[in-house]
Formats: sequence, C-alpha cells, structure tokens
Amino acid sequence: MSTPLSRRPPQAVVGHTVAHESAELHVTGAALYTDDLVGRTAAVLHAWPVQAPHTHARVTGLRTDPALGIPGVVRVLTAADVPGTNDAGVKQDEPLFPDEVMYHGHAVCWVLGETLEAARLGAEAVEVTYEPLPSVLTLAEAIAQESFQGTARTVARGDAAAGLERSVHRFRGELEIGGQEHFYLETHAALASLDDGGQVFVQSSTQHPSETQEIVAHVLGLRSHEVTVQCLRMGGGFGGKEMQPHGLAAVAALGAVLTGRPVRLRLNRTQDITMTGKRHPFHASWEVGFDADGRLQALRATLTSDGGWSLDLSEAVLARALCHVDNAYFVPDVELHGRIARTHKTSQTAFRGFGGPQGMLVLEDILGRCAPALGLDPTELRRRNLYRPGQSTPYGQPVRHAERLPAVLDEVTQRADLATRHTEIAAFNTAHPHRKRGIACTPVKFGISFNLTAFNQAGALVHVYKDGSVLINHGGTEMGQGLHTKMRQVAATALGVPLGAVRLAPTRTDKVPNTSATAASSGSDLNGGAVKDACEQIRDRLTVVAADLLGVDPGEVDVSDGTVSGGGRSVPWPELVREAYLRRVQLFAAGYYRTEGLHWDATRMQGEPFKYFAYGAAVSEVEVDGFTGAYTFLRTDIVHDVGDSLSPLVDLGQIEGGFVQGVGWLTLEDLRWDTSDGDGRGRLATRAASTYKLPSFSELPAELNVHLLEHATEDGAVYGSKAVGEPPLMLAFSVREALRQAVAAFGPAGHVVELACPSTPEAVFWAVQAARRARGAPTVPDGAGARGDRQPVDGHSPGPYAEAHPSVSSPEPLVTRRTVD
Amino acid sequence: MHRAVTVVRTATAGGSTPLGSTEITVNGASRPCLTGPHTSLLDWLREQGWTGAKEGCAEGECGACAVLVARPDGPGRTRWVAVNSCLPPALALDGQEVVTAEGLGSPPGPSGAAALHPVQRELADRGGSQCGYCTPGFVCAMAAEFYRPERAGASTQTAGTESLRAGDRPDEHGPNGFDLHALSGNLCRCTGYRPIRDAAYALGDPDPTDALALRREQTAPAPAATRVTSGQGEFVRPNDLPELLHLVGEAPDAVLMAGATDAGVERHLGHARPPLVLAIDHLEELRGLDLTSDAVEIGAALTLSEIERSLAGRVPLLDQLFPQFASRLIRNGATLGGNLGTGSPIGDAAPVLLALDATLLLSSAAGERTVALADYFTGYRQSVRAPGELIRAVRIPLPPAPHAAFYKMAKRRFDDISSVAVAIAVRLEAGAVASVRIGLGGVAATPVRALATEETLTGRTWDTTTVARAADVLAGEGTPLDDHRASARYRRAMLEQALLRFHVEHPRSDSPHKAATGGPNVPKNGWDTGEVTR
Repeated sequence: MSTPLSRRPPQAVVGHTVAHESAELHVTGAALYTDDLVGRTAAVLHAWPVQAPHTHARVTGLRTDPALGIPGVVRVLTAADVPGTNDAGVKQDEPLFPDEVMYHGHAVCWVLGETLEAARLGAEAVEVTYEPLPSVLTLAEAIAQESFQGTARTVARGDAAAGLERSVHRFRGELEIGGQEHFYLETHAALASLDDGGQVFVQSSTQHPSETQEIVAHVLGLRSHEVTVQCLRMGGGFGGKEMQPHGLAAVAALGAVLTGRPVRLRLNRTQDITMTGKRHPFHASWEVGFDADGRLQALRATLTSDGGWSLDLSEAVLARALCHVDNAYFVPDVELHGRIARTHKTSQTAFRGFGGPQGMLVLEDILGRCAPALGLDPTELRRRNLYRPGQSTPYGQPVRHAERLPAVLDEVTQRADLATRHTEIAAFNTAHPHRKRGIACTPVKFGISFNLTAFNQAGALVHVYKDGSVLINHGGTEMGQGLHTKMRQVAATALGVPLGAVRLAPTRTDKVPNTSATAASSGSDLNGGAVKDACEQIRDRLTVVAADLLGVDPGEVDVSDGTVSGGGRSVPWPELVREAYLRRVQLFAAGYYRTEGLHWDATRMQGEPFKYFAYGAAVSEVEVDGFTGAYTFLRTDIVHDVGDSLSPLVDLGQIEGGFVQGVGWLTLEDLRWDTSDGDGRGRLATRAASTYKLPSFSELPAELNVHLLEHATEDGAVYGSKAVGEPPLMLAFSVREALRQAVAAFGPAGHVVELACPSTPEAVFWAVQAARRARGAPTVPDGAGARGDRQPVDGHSPGPYAEAHPSVSSPEPLVTRRTVD
Repeated sequence: MHRAVTVVRTATAGGSTPLGSTEITVNGASRPCLTGPHTSLLDWLREQGWTGAKEGCAEGECGACAVLVARPDGPGRTRWVAVNSCLPPALALDGQEVVTAEGLGSPPGPSGAAALHPVQRELADRGGSQCGYCTPGFVCAMAAEFYRPERAGASTQTAGTESLRAGDRPDEHGPNGFDLHALSGNLCRCTGYRPIRDAAYALGDPDPTDALALRREQTAPAPAATRVTSGQGEFVRPNDLPELLHLVGEAPDAVLMAGATDAGVERHLGHARPPLVLAIDHLEELRGLDLTSDAVEIGAALTLSEIERSLAGRVPLLDQLFPQFASRLIRNGATLGGNLGTGSPIGDAAPVLLALDATLLLSSAAGERTVALADYFTGYRQSVRAPGELIRAVRIPLPPAPHAAFYKMAKRRFDDISSVAVAIAVRLEAGAVASVRIGLGGVAATPVRALATEETLTGRTWDTTTVARAADVLAGEGTPLDDHRASARYRRAMLEQALLRFHVEHPRSDSPHKAATGGPNVPKNGWDTGEVTR
C-alpha cells in the first residue's frame, strides 16, 4: 500500500546531506563519459562533418569520391544512405542530410575514417557546390520580413486596452534579450555499434534516451525494440542535450549499420557551438500601466523568439515564456502575444528555464526601468506587486502558496541586511566618483511540470537481489544535477535500507521504456515518484514475509536502516530478503508515476499546467567601474524554496550553479553572428571558449550565501520536496538589477537606466555614459565615436569578425515614454 | 589505426639514443610514446587509457585536460606544475613525468575503498563536482597549488594582505595561502564555483610522507634530446642553442615551440600540421634571467610563471601583467618569446614591454642583434625577425619608471583576451612629465606605442588639463575595429579612459604609490582601488 507521496518517514534517508553519488569517481577521473568508451572499444570508426560555408544555400552538387581517395577514409554518409526517414527531429522539418543549407556550418554529409584525422581530411576533400540563397539572420530582419514558423500564441486575461486606459502611469518600451550557448563541458558524443541480430546499441550523451531511440529507429527504418540507447552520464546538459543529440546519434548508428563497425561521433567545441541549438534570443515590445501607487494595472506585450532554422522545441519554449512573463506579480489585465521567428541560425532549443527566463526578464526589466519614473524604490515596487493568496496567473492557474513570495522576500532582505547596506552604499557612492555600487532584490516564481501534460509521467525498475543489495533503474538521466543521488536516497527511504545498499544503473531504454526527457526540472519529481512506487511494492510484499517471521501483524513491521523489526524482535534486511526469495516472493518491481491534477489547453493557453510553483528571492550587490563599465560581484544572498529538500548538498549546488549560469547569460555571455552582407554572413563569431566567455571564478560573488526556505513541505511532490533545476537561474535577475542601480548612481536622482542584455562591460559603460550625460557630468564625448575618419585598415583582424549586434549593444536608450494624462 | 611512426634517435651533441626510446612516465609508470608531432599529450594519454583528462575546448581555455608535470625548481628540486594537456604534443614530454587525476587517488572499487588525495577528498565532500567532467582538471590545477612550496609559508601569515599583488582581491586568497588564480584557467559550468573555492581554501599542508611532496626534493627529469620522424612530420628537441640555430637556419619555416600555448591552438582549431616542430622549452640558453643594475634580461623560453617567481616584484608593471595574462595553466607554458614571436596585436605582453622600453635580442647562426620592441612589429603578425632568426631574450632597462599601470579591457577578468590593453609608464619631475611611454594592444594591426599621446604629455605639467588633452589624443591613436569583443567606439573610449584613470590613480606627485597610501578614495587593499581589473 503506497503511502502519501509527500509523507516522509521518521528514519528517512532523504533529507540527509550526502555527496554526489559519483563524486569519488569524478575526482579520481574514473567516471566514464560516452567518449571515454572509444579507447575501450575495438575497431572504432570516427565521424567528421562536412560543414557548409553558407548561411542559406541550395546544395547543387556533392562529390564524395575525392574523400574516398584519402587514406583511412572508409565511407561518406549522405542522404542516399538513409534507409528510413531523413529527419533528425519529430516535426519533419530537420533533414539529417539536407539538400538546403539552413545555417552557416550546417552539416551536409559525414565522413567516416579509421582515425579522426583521416575523417577530417576526408571531409576537406568532399566537393560540395552550393547556390547561395538570401538569408534572414537577425530578429529585426525576421520581423521585418515576417519570417515566422510554428503557431503564434496568446495568453490573455481581462481587457489590456481598458487596463492601460485606466492606468495613471503608462510606459512603453522594447527589450532585446541575448541567447546563450550551453557550453556543457562535455560536447555532444555518441558511440553506436551492432549487437547480436543487428540490434543497434547507441551510447549517447542524451537527456532524452527514449527520443534518441525513436529518432535513431526512424532514420534507420527500424522499430523501437531494435534500438537500445544508453546514457552513462553527461558532462552537463542544461537542456542542450534534450533534442540535439538525436540526429548525431542517428548518424553514428547509420554508420555502424552500413559498415558493421562501431562508429564514434563526438563534436569538437567549435562544431558543437556552430552546429547545435542555444537558448532562444527574444525581442519584446511592451506597454504597461500602473495605478497611482505603482500597482500594475495592465500589460500588453509581443514576444518574438528567434527559433533558428527549424522548430525543434521552440513552440514549447514560447509557451513557457508566455506563462512566465508575470513572474511573481499580479497583473489584472494582460495580453501577451508570442511568435517564433525563423532565421538562418542553429535551431534554438531547450536551455535551463526553457523560455521562462526570457519571459520573466521582460517584466523584471520593465519594473527596473519604471521604478525611478514612478518615484519608487525598485524593491518596494516589486513588493507592492507580488501575488497574494487567492490570485491567479494570466493563464488561469491559482497561485498556490503565494504567501511564500513575501516570506522569501522578507527573509532574504533581512539576511542580506538590505536596509543597512542601502545606507552604506549611498555613502560609498558619495565618496567615490569613479566607482558606484548598487544593490537589488528580485523574486522568482517558476511553474513546475512539463507544459505538455502527457510528458508528466515516469517509470522505474527496482531489483532487490538475494543478498539484499538493491539496484535501481529509472527513466531519468544524470547530467550532474544529482538526480541519481536523490533517487538512491528515495529508494533507501522507501525500502528502509541504508544508502550503501542501493546502487544505481545507467539509464537505458531497454530497462525503462517511453521515458520523458530529463528536463523541466522534473527529474526528481517524476522519477522519484516512480522509484518510490516500485520500492513500496517490494516493501509491501516483504512486509508480509516479515510479519510472519516476526510473528506480528504486517502493520507492526518496521523496516529502517536495514533492520526489520516488530514485536520486540528484529531480523536483518538481507535475511528477510533471502527468506522472501525462498518463499517465492517477487523481489523486483516496475514503478510508475504520473503527476495528478494537471490540465492545459494549449490552444487557448489556459489551464493549470503546473503542479506547483517554486519560489525564491535574491539580493545582489555589485560595483561598477565608471572608467570601463567593468563590474565585480560583491555579495549575493539567496533564499530559495525547494520544499523539504531531498538532498541539501545537491539542492545547494543547483541553486548556486543555476544562479551563476544566469549571471553569465545576463552579463558576459554574448553570442555574435556576422550580420554583415559579406562572405562571412551568418557565421558565428563567438565559436570557441576563447571568444565565448562563460563565468569563471572571477564572476563568483566574493560572498555567496544560500538559505533553503524552512517549513516548506510541498504536498504534491515526492517526500515533500520541490524541483530545483531551473528556478534558481532566474535569481540572477538581482545582479542585472543591481548593475542598473549602480549605473543609476552615476546619474541624477530618478535617472532611468536602459541596460542592454547581455549587460557586458561595454553595455554597462554606455549606460554609465548616458547616466553621466543626464547629470550634465563630463562623459566620453561622442567625439570618441564620431571619429569616423579613422577607417579600419585591412588585414589586421585575424578573421572576419561579426558586426556588433546593433540592437543589443546599442548605447542609444530605448524609448520609455510617460504619457501625460 | 595510426600511421607508421619511425623513431630515429640521431647522434647529436648529446650523443645517440636508442631507437624507439621516446617514453613518458605517467602516474609513476613509464610508457613508450610512439606517435607523431601532432598528437597532443591529451589525446595520447586518452589513447593509453588515462581518460580522466578530458577535452573541453582543445585550446587551453577550459582546463578540463589539466595534468601535472614535473619541472625543475632550482638545483636538485622539482616543482609540480599544472598545464593544459590539450596543447603540447605528447612528444614534448619525452623523458618527463606526468601525473593525472587517476594518479593522485583511486576510487572505491573491487580493490577496496576509495583512497583519495586531499584535494580530491575536499572536492568530493563539499559538492565540488556535479557533472564531473571538468573535475579531473580542477583536481590537477588545485593539486599544483597544494604542492606550491611558497604556499605553505603563506598559511602561517596572520593576514594575507602582504602577499597580495596588484590585481589581487582578498577573497581570492585562502587562509591557507591558496591563490585562486591557480584555478583561473579552469571552467565549471555546473557548480558556480563556490564549493570549489571552499575546497581549495580548506586544504592543509601536504603530509610529510606524501610521495608527490617528497618528489619535490629530488632533481627534475632531465630534458631528452628527441628526434622523431613520422608520417605526420618531424619533431626535434635540439640539445643546445647552436644546434637550434643551425636547424632554424636550414628550415626557417619550422615551428618553434615552448609551451605550445599558441601552436597547440593552431593545431586544433586551424588544423596546422607543420612538417617540422622544434621544441625549445628546455634550452638553457633561452632560460636565463640576468639581473644587473641597469637592466634585466629575460630568456625567451622562460615561462611567465617562472619569470614572475624569479623577478619577485622587481618590475612592478610586470606584476600587474601576470595575473591578467591568460590563466595560471597557460602562464605555466607561455613564454615572452612566444607571445612576441607570434606577434598577435592582442597579446598582453607587448603593450607592457613597450611601456617598459624593452629591446629584443635576436639570434641567428650569423650572430645576435638588438632591436627595440617599438621597431620590431611591421604588420599583422609580422616583424623584422629574419628567416633563421629567433628571439633569444627580452631586455628591460632598470629602474623602471616609477608610475606605471597596465589596464586590460575584456569581458571577463580571469583568462580573457583583451579588447584593448593599455600600459602606461610615466616619470615625473617637478610636477611635469619627464618621460612617458604608452603601449597599446587591440587597436591596430600590431601592438603600438601611442607616440602622439606621449608627445602631447612630455614636458607638460601633470595636471587635469594636460591629461584631458592627451586623453583625447590617445582616443585617436591606432585604428580600432568593431568585432565580437568590443565596438571600435568602445575601444577608443577605453583608450581615453585609461589615461584619465591613470591620472586619478597617480595624481601629481613625484613619489610612486601615493595613490595607494593616501587620499580620500583610498582603499585598504589592492582590489578596492579599481585599478586591478580589466
């Protein structure tokens, strides 16, 4: 008999602070990743892509013979080799071997070689002719040319026009939001081989083994039961391995089928960055109204995401973006339009937050920009607009536990000593003409569950062996987030055995079928529910045996920490297991879980798509250097709601890691494509670790304090916990808003700061200059920029660099207009 | 299937060596290294089954491939140094000792419980690994700092401030003397770094019986005279400078390689496969550091880390450069000879050396000549260096100008490439500018001196009016471009701002360090001055 999902037994192993289940393997270099298997596999062939040097072109000719003349080249894979469907996705819009190049670097065919070097030289020898076609590259171009894809959606409530009309204060503006490269340290990798009877076995660094399996099968013209996909672990995923691994695994599998030899496909960093999708850039235009007290009255906005060349997950990303524009704030009248641009770039995809961050940033940016115009402290403005119990989101879901929003905000402002530090910062800023500090507090509310209801199910397979040891399989994949650590703790808790009795096997599609992606922060909720179910089935069977052994009623049997007791007697767990085997009691079970209570009308964009909301808030302090716009992160305090934590060290790691990754997105990480009309048009200029900078130690705040909200049991999730993978990323808004405050300190009181996103040092510098101009203080004269007579000389740039993305890096302030009533 | 490799040991000044004897000691066991000159140490290690080291970027930016190598540390001593194994060819380690994460400790398994190194234990217990892919590299970089001989002394200091260099922040030094810059070349995408920092700062001193600690008390592996010819090309480590000059004279297109921090990137990203690679990093004639009263002469093949240690603060402007120059992992391989020899306009050493009025000693089989660095660059990655000629040493006149600063503008403070770099060195006399040298990077096809700005300043009173005028001139120096790092407009603004800042930090005074010891804005520590970053 299963116990209530959220009830935690007294001797629970969940809730204990334990290290990552692979930590000792990680630190000794013994943990194996997909590409580590290559040297342990005989006769492997290596794959290398032929990447098109055009951003949009028709392939008019493909000669593979010259490659076959290169020593060591074994085969060139082309569209003609595909026995099944030439498609790397599920929407029939992603040809695996395209005859139309849709982005710069698109792979048109793959070369297999005895060595990687042979494959590379073979790829260089393949002769491809192209007919270049006009391309759409930027969001501005796409909007102007009405280049869209997928279905546009609207989330609406009330009458936004009327709400704006009745507002005392109205503003409008625009925001352009940059994308983000996942930069998982392990690039995409797959190793495919043939098993007995032609069974295809693919080891893949994938967050979604079942879908990798399905796509490998449809490319090969096989049925799913002929393909097995295994993921040992990933060296980071962050959403980038939810959809993107499938086509790569299919290429490797196709190679294995055609050659009969194992085929390894591992992208190097530049291939990975130039070929696989990223976080969607967004553009938003908006109009907002407040009442006299600064309470939001109405918001009308249009969000346009840059989906890249194919749909991939763009529609789902857009849905989540639209469902998160409200973040933590109640807006009575709302009209949010969303659409997906089609551009000739990589197909943008899932990335931690899945559109939520972009949607939330729209309103956070609005509040940060409008606060000075409203004459309100930004934290007060935010606090005034927080959801209250009883209110619902624009898509009609009641905001359960809305009282936690002011609670986390209060707690974090107290822990951060916000009031005192406001005073200290003001004094610092008065004393320092060239350096200014800023502090800001922002909340997070994030909906948990896949927006698409069907994905909210999971399975598990739990084995208890005769010696009492336990092996668990489940559908989730481990990418560093600690899912397997939590699942061991869940199993140990549900069975009543010590953690050491439970081992976890790598994720395989022949163990647990039809799994959902390990995504949407849902891994622990879904798989935890399934593991718990399987363990409880076994525990219930064993309880009957134990009752008989101990001579007590089954209700009196207790199993905890490996000891089975009742009626004052006890037996060790292994003895009970052995006895159960002898009595022919089944010692393994398949578990299943589905999230109850969800409903979603994806057309009307109304319903209750989320099981619950995760809450959090952060206070960040930064310092900006007026000479350069460079900044340092001084201190961040976070209070975050993870329910009752399953594994505190793991949750802490997710919060800190998500926060820093969000800081990277909002500050340093700056994707630049060549948007010129030259030969390099469409080429990603930031295509390596040397040009795309993610946070380093220098971006870790000097002081980072994280506190888990207490007394936070979540009734709707396993052992009272909450999902934690994505929500903390958005805590980084506090850093961007703190930058805005610091910049404002260079200007006159009430100065409205427009900050480009990402807020690179250059972007911050221009914002500082604008603030100084507003104050009438000396700035870098525009003369610095007006020296147009000094033309660049040819030839001193190492390569064709991209033009700066004009609307992202533009120093020109966006219009923030206050209508006069 | 690898191409046939012929290992030919020729009779050189060091004598002949037997066929097939190229070998590397990995985690205590010697392994034959039968490969060509274009196989990286990382790929070779992984082929040997040491898959702990990972490829994350293959250009020395992420540190996932970091390993420890045993390097000389003065007579009879060895220092464990962490380097990116993706950069040097495996053959460059012929005869050397390498330790990977696998060699530092062992996981739990059939042979028993885990036996973790202190660095591994701290990282594992504190949540320092999530996906674990970057972790072996962090382990090695952290272990190098753990074994750094100077670190132990730091742990007994009451306050770390005295050990702070320009550019250091107090939170970047642990109470145990751990310098966080040791990890500046390691990227982690999962943890957000806090637990890794905590692990680093929790480390104690090495146990007296620790094998790697004891290894430091013994002589480092001697350089091997390596000559390998394979289908990939030829790899030669000459015995001495005359042999090197002879080889360079015969094959002017040969690639000279010290730390391979540039050549390794060219190999991976540009697919460069030079037919002849000449390894010069162990040549004693290129590794001197001669200090006299009027100059310091720095061997072209000394690593930046070695220079930093040997100079011990005698050229303060260089001490501003070092922590901003790439990462510790790179500085453990990179040399001034390489940085100037590749001649990138965004190399960080050139602007500083221009401000220091450095000259280069160029050697060839025909002899040696001296060229002022200001006259050295002739175009994009081009110089007056003739075929067959190499940089033997860099000479910096002493004493350096008393007021000097290096400003590097980049997106990220640790391990980024400059969008603009400005080095300024000023000598003031009686409140006026007696002499000034300004070196610029990132604003032209070569590193340049800001000659017009220098002229505007020289002889004039060091005041706001002069500086404002000169800053305006400085903004017009060079021909900056728009690229992915910065706009041309920002670059020009940064030139101007650099001089304005320099004046704020070095107000009218004839004595150095005034700005750091008095005045209303005065910070108690280095990082508070704002002069540290970027």
